[in-house]
Amino acid sequence: MELDLPLIWSFLIATAVMLYVLLDGMDLGIGILTGLAKDDDERNLMTATIEPVWDGNETWLILGGGGLFAAFPLAYAILMPALYLPVLLMLAALIFRGVAFEFRHKAVRKPTRLFWNGAFFGGSLAAALAQGLILGGFIQGVTVEGRSFAGGPLDWLTPFSLLVAVSVAIGYVLLGACWLILKTEGEVQKRARKRALMALIAVGVCFAAVSLATLSIDPRVTERWGFSMAHMELGKLLPLSPIPIFGLVMVILAARDLMLHVHAPDWRPYLFSVGIFLSGFLGLAVSLFPNLVPFEVTVWEAAARDNALGLMLVGAAIMLPVILIYTAYVYSLFWGKVDPEEAYHD
Amino acid sequence: MELDALILSRLQFAFVVSFHILFPAFTIGLAAFLAVCEGLWLWTKRDVFKRLYLHWIKIFALAFAMGVVSGVVMSYQFGTNWSVFSDKAGSVIGPLLGYEVLTAFFLEATFLGVMLFGWKRVGNKLHFIATCAVAFGTTISAFWILSANSWMQTPVGFATDPETGNFYATDWWAVIFNPSFPSRYVHMMLAAFITTAAVVMAAGAWQVIRKHSSEPTRWQIRMAAGTLTLLMPLQIWAGHWSGEVAHEYQPAKVAAMEGWWETRDVQGTTLFAIPDEENERNIAELTIPGTSPYLFAGAEGPLKGLKDFAEEDRPPVFIVFWAFRIMVGAGLGMLLLGIWGAVLWWRNRIDKPGVFHMLAVPGGALGFIAVLTGWISAEVGRQPYTVYGFLRTEDSVAPVTTGQVATSLLIFMIVYAIVFTAGTVYMARIATRGFGDDPTDPPEREHRAPGSPLGSVDDKAEMPTPDPKPAE
Repeated sequence: MELDLPLIWSFLIATAVMLYVLLDGMDLGIGILTGLAKDDDERNLMTATIEPVWDGNETWLILGGGGLFAAFPLAYAILMPALYLPVLLMLAALIFRGVAFEFRHKAVRKPTRLFWNGAFFGGSLAAALAQGLILGGFIQGVTVEGRSFAGGPLDWLTPFSLLVAVSVAIGYVLLGACWLILKTEGEVQKRARKRALMALIAVGVCFAAVSLATLSIDPRVTERWGFSMAHMELGKLLPLSPIPIFGLVMVILAARDLMLHVHAPDWRPYLFSVGIFLSGFLGLAVSLFPNLVPFEVTVWEAAARDNALGLMLVGAAIMLPVILIYTAYVYSLFWGKVDPEEAYHD
Repeated sequence: MELDALILSRLQFAFVVSFHILFPAFTIGLAAFLAVCEGLWLWTKRDVFKRLYLHWIKIFALAFAMGVVSGVVMSYQFGTNWSVFSDKAGSVIGPLLGYEVLTAFFLEATFLGVMLFGWKRVGNKLHFIATCAVAFGTTISAFWILSANSWMQTPVGFATDPETGNFYATDWWAVIFNPSFPSRYVHMMLAAFITTAAVVMAAGAWQVIRKHSSEPTRWQIRMAAGTLTLLMPLQIWAGHWSGEVAHEYQPAKVAAMEGWWETRDVQGTTLFAIPDEENERNIAELTIPGTSPYLFAGAEGPLKGLKDFAEEDRPPVFIVFWAFRIMVGAGLGMLLLGIWGAVLWWRNRIDKPGVFHMLAVPGGALGFIAVLTGWISAEVGRQPYTVYGFLRTEDSVAPVTTGQVATSLLIFMIVYAIVFTAGTVYMARIATRGFGDDPTDPPEREHRAPGSPLGSVDDKAEMPTPDPKPAE
């Protein structure tokens, strides 16, 4: 049996991007939430919940981007120049987020500490928005001529991409707040619960809006879901309907946990918010597949040579399980409520 | 020269890669230093090595964070600014970079968390394993990056797709272990160890001058001086090896490094000159004639001068020529400092402030200077190609506008100026302040006092606490 290497790699890269969104998205969400922290103690406690793992979380972005370059160089070569400015914004923001993580603890004088606290919050927010702009620009498609991007520098800037940007940022806040519920106790946890609930409501609205807007982006997407001008094709819609229904159920379950203060385990809201993201991700995959540069270049057209994909598949087949195992090990090592004294303040 | 998207993209790439390379060069060496310190502590049970570890791990955390963020920028540059290169060479160097992420990045980033925050949660041996994992990860990372970079310098084991003109690999073994890779990898790894040793020595010397010196200070200067004395001669050998490979595969680069314009059977060694590219000659040249038979042992027949290459195939001579000389000078400076330090160690005078210490402090920058100029002479020497002999830089650039690249370059310059200035200040502050106010033990779990501002948490209700390890 011949392996469809481009298909396998599109699945692997989608998984890497998904893991990035879930893991570092939560870090960025916490970064945004530090803007609302009551004082430095609370801020330190919030960052302490991700201190040991954020570096590893961010690495999935490099695997996503690097993997796209390695496995689908043509898609990379088209998309990156098309999304030049949002990518640049994301990188600059991630620089500030990343160093502020360390520098916050090193700043001695108050103004510099305030600066790095601000850089952490602002960098996280800007990175989240930029990732949303990239996603939005990607979904709406880019102009291609031959083997390269042929549009203008601001093509990505549309009401749709702005909507996606806001949605992604709010979604990250939800993940971050739910992570805080899981990792903290007392007052901090109580506030995280409130913020998670507000974020959840906003996420419900935003994800619905993005879903509808995506349907109208291109007739091919609308058709994929079984809608057209005249009628609805239930034969197409029904098999796909579990995806949005799953997302809706997740929203309801999370809302129940957050609102009713049922004595649910602290990990449940986090699990449900992960579910919400999964449903959104699957919905997107169904809408766009098999395009890697939406509506222009397919997975197979963009793929690197089979011998490159094969070589990398060997590495991925061996290394990805190993990576997942030791990542899980480190997460379990730092499992449990975060101890305010354990965070380093130096 | 017109400032178009091509030249701005080149400037931007040079800018971000120049900054980035300083951090891996430092963290590769520092990770190894930390692993050695922790290993020595576990083995000898001597307090001094533990204190060294706890001191330098703080600097490592900062340097690593800066390396990561500047590295993320690097990995996206290929797409944003060099998309045609990405399309053309992606099937060959993509997998090498992919392997770097899979085999190294995750290892480093994940175990760094254990290294920094895991003291209370794992035993000493496991903690040591985490340190070694991070150190090992940095060397694997360098392996793949240098393999990809070397392939761009000495491309082999590939063919060209007749339809798209894209490169694809025909022999992966040849691609990965391409001709310039072994020498380049050894050269870079040694450079990393040496750079770190120079920094460690400078910090120690400063502590001596400021009379902050204590036992860890003495050991840190000793270890640095020993490293420099042992590794600098090896590095000179590795550099020479690199030069011989370049001579075989990239003669134009060597001609630029050496300042050779004419093709001769026997060339001299130019100590000083100002290359005048317009008139194809050197100004104010100071040359030792007739040295090439001793330096290029394998060279037979005429040694090509720059005039033998078409003008559009020559690298920028002035930059390559001077970058190379500065690198060699910085290396010799570090060799001298290493030997001097070793002599003082032998005479038991390493913690008596003196001329050595005054020189060793600025000497901490020599490694970075050598890495930077070495990198410049290698990379600028590769011009005008991205894939040497096969793909020109001007044919690699992305279809982005001048305005976009100008914007991004400006933003990178501002961001880097803020971030890396602050980072350097913070690192220097820790490195120079001595060991007086360091904790003498790894942090132990402390139970929070009741009524702390963070709310009513019952300590007993917390997750089971691992037993605190007995302090060594």
